[in-house]
Amino acid sequence: MDFTLPKEHEMARQLFKDFAEKEVKPLAQEIDQEHRFPRETVEKMAKYGFMGIPVPKEYGGQGCDTLTYAMCVEELSKVCGTTGVIVSAHTSLCIDPIMTFGTEEQKQKYLVPLAKGEKLGAFGLTEPGAGTDAQGQQTKAVEEGDEWVLNGSKCFITNGKEADVYVIFAVTGKVEKRGRMMKEISAFIVEKGTPGFTFGTKENKMGICGSATYELIFTDCHIPKDNLLGQRGKGFNIAMHTLDGGRIGIAAQALGLAGGALETTINYVKERKQFGRAIGQFQNTQFQLADMATKVEAAKLLVYKAAKKKDEYKKDPKVSYSVEAAMAKLCAAEVAMEVTTKAVQYHGGYGYIKEYDVERMMRDAKITEIYEGTSEVQRMVISAALLK
Amino acid sequence: MKVIVCIKQVPDTKGGVKFNPDGTLDRGAMLAIMNPDDKAGLEAALRLKDEYGAEVTVLTMGLPKAADVLREALAMGADKGILVTDRVLGGADTWATSTTIAGAIRNLEYDLIITGRQAIDGDTAQVGPQIAEHLDIPVISYAQEIKIDGDKVIVKRQYDDRYHMLEAKMPCLITALSELNEPRYMTPGGIFDAVNAEITTWGRADLKDVDDANLGLAGSPTKIAKASDKVRKGAGEKVIPDTPEDAVKYIVGKLDEKHVI
Repeated sequence: MDFTLPKEHEMARQLFKDFAEKEVKPLAQEIDQEHRFPRETVEKMAKYGFMGIPVPKEYGGQGCDTLTYAMCVEELSKVCGTTGVIVSAHTSLCIDPIMTFGTEEQKQKYLVPLAKGEKLGAFGLTEPGAGTDAQGQQTKAVEEGDEWVLNGSKCFITNGKEADVYVIFAVTGKVEKRGRMMKEISAFIVEKGTPGFTFGTKENKMGICGSATYELIFTDCHIPKDNLLGQRGKGFNIAMHTLDGGRIGIAAQALGLAGGALETTINYVKERKQFGRAIGQFQNTQFQLADMATKVEAAKLLVYKAAKKKDEYKKDPKVSYSVEAAMAKLCAAEVAMEVTTKAVQYHGGYGYIKEYDVERMMRDAKITEIYEGTSEVQRMVISAALLK
Repeated sequence: MKVIVCIKQVPDTKGGVKFNPDGTLDRGAMLAIMNPDDKAGLEAALRLKDEYGAEVTVLTMGLPKAADVLREALAMGADKGILVTDRVLGGADTWATSTTIAGAIRNLEYDLIITGRQAIDGDTAQVGPQIAEHLDIPVISYAQEIKIDGDKVIVKRQYDDRYHMLEAKMPCLITALSELNEPRYMTPGGIFDAVNAEITTWGRADLKDVDDANLGLAGSPTKIAKASDKVRKGAGEKVIPDTPEDAVKYIVGKLDEKHVI
C-alpha cells in the first residue's frame, strides 16, 4: 500500500492551494457577511477547469480522477466553505448523475456545458417532508403526450436560483415491492427558465452563507419527455448513487474546513502571547494541537480512500464505495465540527469575533454533519453493511 | 508562428534565503519555483498562442529536476519542453549559460524568443541579451507590452520615468518583466497531461556551434570571490531640528559633507 501521492496530485494540490489563497480567500469573509454568491469566483474556476475535474475530456472536462476533485474541494474549503460546496454540489450532485445515467444526447446537451463551467448545476431531492426519508416525496411528474408535467416543491437546494441545470426527483406512480405499495420515483433534468419552474424563499443560514440555498417550486412545469434521466422508476437508485458520490465531496469540504482551522490555529498560537509566552508553548495547547492534527490526518485518509474506491467503481461497476463514502463523511464532518470548535477556543475572545476566520469556519462546519445525509444516516449506511 | 520561451528554476525566496557554510545558496533547502519574470514571458507567449495559434516551446538549462518547471509550463499550455542538462555545463556564469542556450536554440526554428528580464537568484539581466547576441538577432529588453504586426513585433519598453515604443523584425528576442501580465494558472487536466508528457533532454553533444572553452565553470569568465547575505544597515543618526529651516540646513550640510552636492 503506497501512501505517497503521485506527482500529478502533488501538482494539482499546489494549483488548488495557490488559487484558493489568491482568488478565494480574499472574498471569504465578504461573501459570508453579505450572504453573496461568489459568481466571479465561479467564472474563474470555470476558466481553469475546476467545474469539470472528473469528467472525461471528450465531454468538456479535465479527465482527472475523483481524488483530484476531492483535493480541489478540500483546498477551496480550507479558506472558504461556501466555494467548496458550490463545486461539490455542481460536480457530485448534478454532473455525476448525468454522466452516469444520461443518454448521449443528454450528455452532449447538458454535461458538456456543465463540465466546461458554462452552466452551473444543482440537485433537488429534499422536500419539507422528505429529508432523510427520501420515500416521503410529494413532488409529482405526470406523463402528458411528449412531455412530463411537474408539480410540487423542493427545499434547501444548494446553488438554487444560481444554477442553470437541475436534477430533480419526482413521484411518477406506485409500484408493488415485497407486497407493499411503494412510490415510484424518477429523475429528471430541468432547465432554469422553464415555464412553471420558479424559486421560493432564499434560506438565511447559520453557515456557508455565500452559498445560495433556495426553495424550488414546480407549478404545471412542462419538460420534454427526453429529460427523463435514467429509466422511469429508477429515481431512488439514482438518488442514492448520487448521494454516495456527493458524500465524498462533502467529506472533502469538511476535511478542508478542519485543515484550514488547524492551520489558522497553529499560526495563531505561535503569535498570541499570554503570561509572557506564546500560547503554543503551553503543553495543553500542544497536546490539543496534536489531537486536532491526528484527527485531520485520519479523516484525510478516509476521504482519499473513498475517492480512490469511487475510481475503482468507474472501472468495475461491481465495486461499491457506499460504505467508504459514508465513513469518510461521518468522520470528516465530526472532525470538522470538533477541530473548528477547538480552533475558536484557542483563539479565545477573538475566535468569537466575525473578523476572525475560525468563527466562520465553525459555523460552516456544522452543515457537514447534516446535509447529503446526516451523521445518523451515515451510521445507518455503515451498520447496515456490517449486519447484512 | 514559433515562440521559444527560456525559463529558469529558481529558489523560492518567500520562505527565506538559505546559505551553505561557504556562502553559496543552499538550493536543496529551498523550494524551487519558475522565475517570476520568465513566467510572465511564458504568459505572453501563451497569449500569442491564444491569439495567433503560435507554437510555444519552453527551454530550460539546469539539473534534471529543472524538468519540473517545464512540466508546470506544459500544464499552463506550452506545447513542448526541452531540458538542457549535462555535468560539463554545471557552474556556468551568464556567458557560459547564454552560450549553451544559444547552442540549443540553433537546433530549433523560431520567430520569437522570450526570456525573463532577470532571475531572482542571480539578478544579472544578462542572459537574455547575450543569447540574442550569440544568435545575431535584435533584442528588446524590459517589455511591458508585446504586439505582433505581420512579421514585426511592437514592444512597449519600460524605461526609468517613461517608456519607449520599439519595433523589430522577427526573428528577435524580447526580455519580459513580471509586470507584463498576470500569468495564468495551470489546469487540472493540463497537469495530468504534463506529468506524462515527453520532455526532450539535450546534453553537450546536442549543442550546435559552440566551443567547449565557453561552457560550464571552466568557460565562465566570472569568478566569485565571496558570496554573503545582505549586510544589516546601521541604526543611523536621529536628529530632531527645531524648525523646518534648521532641518533643511542640516540636510544640505550633510549632503555637502558627503560631496553629493
